[in-house]
Amino acid sequence: MITERPLHLKKKYDVVVAGGGPAGMAAALGARDAGAESILMVDREPMAGGILWQCIHNGFGLHHFKEELTGPEYAQRYLEQVIEHDIDILTDTYIYDIDRDRNVQLMSGERGIHVLESRSVVLAMGARERTRGAIRIAGSRPAGVLTAGLAQKFVNMAGVLPGRRVVILGSGDIGLIMARRLVLEGVEVLGVFEIMPHVNGLGRNVVQCLHDFDIPLHLSTTVTEIHGRDRVEKVTVAPVDENLVPDLSKSWDIPCDTLMLSIGLIPENELSRRINLRLDPVTTGPVVDSTMETSVDGVFACGNVVHIHDLVDFVSQESELAGRGAGAYLTGHRPPADNIRLVPGDNVAYCVPHTISSDREHTVYLRVRRTEGKCTIKFGDAYAKKLLYVFPAEMVTVTLRPKFLQEFHGDSLRVDVVAR
Amino acid sequence: MTAPVYDVAILGGGIVGCAIARELTRYRLRLVLLEKECEVGFGTSKSNSGIIHAGHHSGPDTLKGPLEWAGNRKWDVLHEELDFGFERIGELMVAWDAEQVEILEKYKKRGEDRGVPGLEIWDRDRVRREEPSLSRDIIAALHAPTAGVVNPYEVCFSLIDSARHNGLEIRVETTVTGVAAVEGGLRVDTDRGAVAARYVVNAAGLFADRIAAAAGAGDFRIRPRKGEEYLLDKRLRGLVRRIIFPCPTATSKGVLVIPTFDGTIMVGPTANPIDDKGDLSTSSEGSDEVFDQVRRTVPGISPRDCIAEFAGLRAVADGEDFIIGPSAVKGFINVAGIQSPGLTAAPAIADMVRDILADEGLALSANDDFVPEVPKRVIVSHLDTAAQVALAARDSRYGHICCRCELVTEGEVVDAIHAGAGTLDGIKFRTRAGMGRCQGGFCTWRCMELLSREMGIPIEQVTKRGGGSWLVCRREDLEEGSAA
Repeated sequence: MITERPLHLKKKYDVVVAGGGPAGMAAALGARDAGAESILMVDREPMAGGILWQCIHNGFGLHHFKEELTGPEYAQRYLEQVIEHDIDILTDTYIYDIDRDRNVQLMSGERGIHVLESRSVVLAMGARERTRGAIRIAGSRPAGVLTAGLAQKFVNMAGVLPGRRVVILGSGDIGLIMARRLVLEGVEVLGVFEIMPHVNGLGRNVVQCLHDFDIPLHLSTTVTEIHGRDRVEKVTVAPVDENLVPDLSKSWDIPCDTLMLSIGLIPENELSRRINLRLDPVTTGPVVDSTMETSVDGVFACGNVVHIHDLVDFVSQESELAGRGAGAYLTGHRPPADNIRLVPGDNVAYCVPHTISSDREHTVYLRVRRTEGKCTIKFGDAYAKKLLYVFPAEMVTVTLRPKFLQEFHGDSLRVDVVAR
Repeated sequence: MTAPVYDVAILGGGIVGCAIARELTRYRLRLVLLEKECEVGFGTSKSNSGIIHAGHHSGPDTLKGPLEWAGNRKWDVLHEELDFGFERIGELMVAWDAEQVEILEKYKKRGEDRGVPGLEIWDRDRVRREEPSLSRDIIAALHAPTAGVVNPYEVCFSLIDSARHNGLEIRVETTVTGVAAVEGGLRVDTDRGAVAARYVVNAAGLFADRIAAAAGAGDFRIRPRKGEEYLLDKRLRGLVRRIIFPCPTATSKGVLVIPTFDGTIMVGPTANPIDDKGDLSTSSEGSDEVFDQVRRTVPGISPRDCIAEFAGLRAVADGEDFIIGPSAVKGFINVAGIQSPGLTAAPAIADMVRDILADEGLALSANDDFVPEVPKRVIVSHLDTAAQVALAARDSRYGHICCRCELVTEGEVVDAIHAGAGTLDGIKFRTRAGMGRCQGGFCTWRCMELLSREMGIPIEQVTKRGGGSWLVCRREDLEEGSAA
């Protein structure tokens, strides 16, 4: 059992971490390891750990812990370390403002409202789910239209079911996981509909959550209308053409009482906007350097707030780096500034970090725009790596070593993914 | 049957019914209001654009015209007495060519003839200076400072709160099935028993024609005209400061850009006649129409900014004007066909109906106990930090965030429940919890738990908006196949 000590809140912290999910926990530990003395991690939920508590399925930790864990196990391992390392944790608390001088305004039921100073800040607020309004599904507005994450909360945290006959729109990982979860609870899952010609979740989830449970998957098909006055009564679905325009002449109706949406995540950058950080229009998250520092001095960011990750392991990895960055910022042991900008080129939607340094090793995360078979990822003429395939749904991770960049003297590197 | 219990029964708890009910509580009367939805304002009013029209929109030869302007002038007092969001932010009617500038002149003259102050034509430079986000193709605009925005549902709640404090009885989830003359008045039959009253005010919106026909009190027809509206992310707050109307054409007022009272920008509405009075669906055609048109006015708006959409049905009578007056059936007053500018006009319509009732023989003696004000609600996000700190120290529930997109606390949600919100939508429209950019992704469960706790009902009995709008069920219910 995790026990948090009663907290005597300080007036001033070395590091305040906004968010206590996987990103926030790893960042807090990274900051401690890099020499930060007083660290406060703030979370709005009654317990730190974030969305992991409701992710009761396995598949976590394969990269980071080299063993397969459930979400709560992964959260628990991290939270225990956070507590062991004397990191102050403030839960049930909402950060409603941070200014550029890193004054943090907090609001909580137990402690009321107060302002504290922080020498550095790590933004780790995570993401929210896209909703019906974001894709403007036509039709009526009955009860029974909800996001997969909310359905997951209903089932795994509250022990109630979102409905009896469920249609799923979108093939994000949470939707695929929930398809299986609902079938296990005795709910009828009538199918997963994806407007794109490819699945948006991981391949392993398609196999383990849909195929193994005989749940039909309809690619290039979308929900065109919701029907029902009080509660969903049916949905209309139709195939789409290559421009994603539905062909209503081929539509059909599916009687159901629930439409569950798994149509993507949006980084939660409301605080980032308040601090006026420079944001990347593609990721919608902050622009970061190789230490995960944003455009504002002493403000770092990591996890889904920067870009949407597929696996929590990569969130932890990136966030530890951000925490270390914040620690180094405080102790004055910062590495030399980055000297190379990464510029997304052919079939590259974005790269994180946005800049790198030629004298250190970096992990670069990127996402492609289109599915491609055998291909090569090229960092200008400096470095190339062959890949067997790429999917927009699966993040590409590349390790860039200093030796690759020894001969490179420019200040920007174009990143392309090209077919072989 | 004994003599009617009530002096007046008001059928319909939309903005018009609520305004009439509240006006009548100024007098010593026994009043009842019947509403078929689970809360007042949950029909057409909830989906209203929320504009208090400046006073120059409706033509001089209509009932709408004088009522628009008379109503407009009553909103400041109402706002002071009742606790709802209202601000006179002004409107701009914009023109792209010389022909449209002439139309602006016509509207200016119409307003001035009626006494609407402050109307002014702005040239291109002035428009650019005042509203830099507007299209550079706009060459002139008519500024009307008397226009304002309100949250129409909040107005309904406040009016009814006030009316209830002053003695109104209200029955929700009650559908009128017929009206018949009885000795000394009229009997209103409902799905929950009959109500007898000396006078009946038919403010039933879309269904006013059916009720009038059932009573033998009118052969008009009300046809729904659908309007789809799209709400944009609050990030765009301040993009425009005033309500932006394109220069009206012969057929339409066009697609507006409305900075709502809460800072969310709303674009719409469409205007399509339909047959089904229950059809509140939005459409991809409507969405395309709204965004295509709005980009002519404000090029910076994109469908990507949309966080929610909804549709409402205007109650349109033949001939397009309001139908307000006594009928062939003694004691039965019609207040029908109240489409735009019905919200603006509602307080003036209430006065007019009061006078009609008096003419029809209803004795109006002042209710000396009438209190015009309602207790002020706590809205944490409207307080400054010091006041928030003090409040949270006094009652920690006001420091506990429930909806983070709109900064709504547990205390406010609990207040809303005790003020009569018995559903998720009831909370949403009273507190804004669930109205923000995540559309309830985070607060839905918290609000459901609070409803369950405060009302003492199991979680599976919590609904979105009453009736069959259940939200969750139990595993045990799976076999039954019926609603929870």
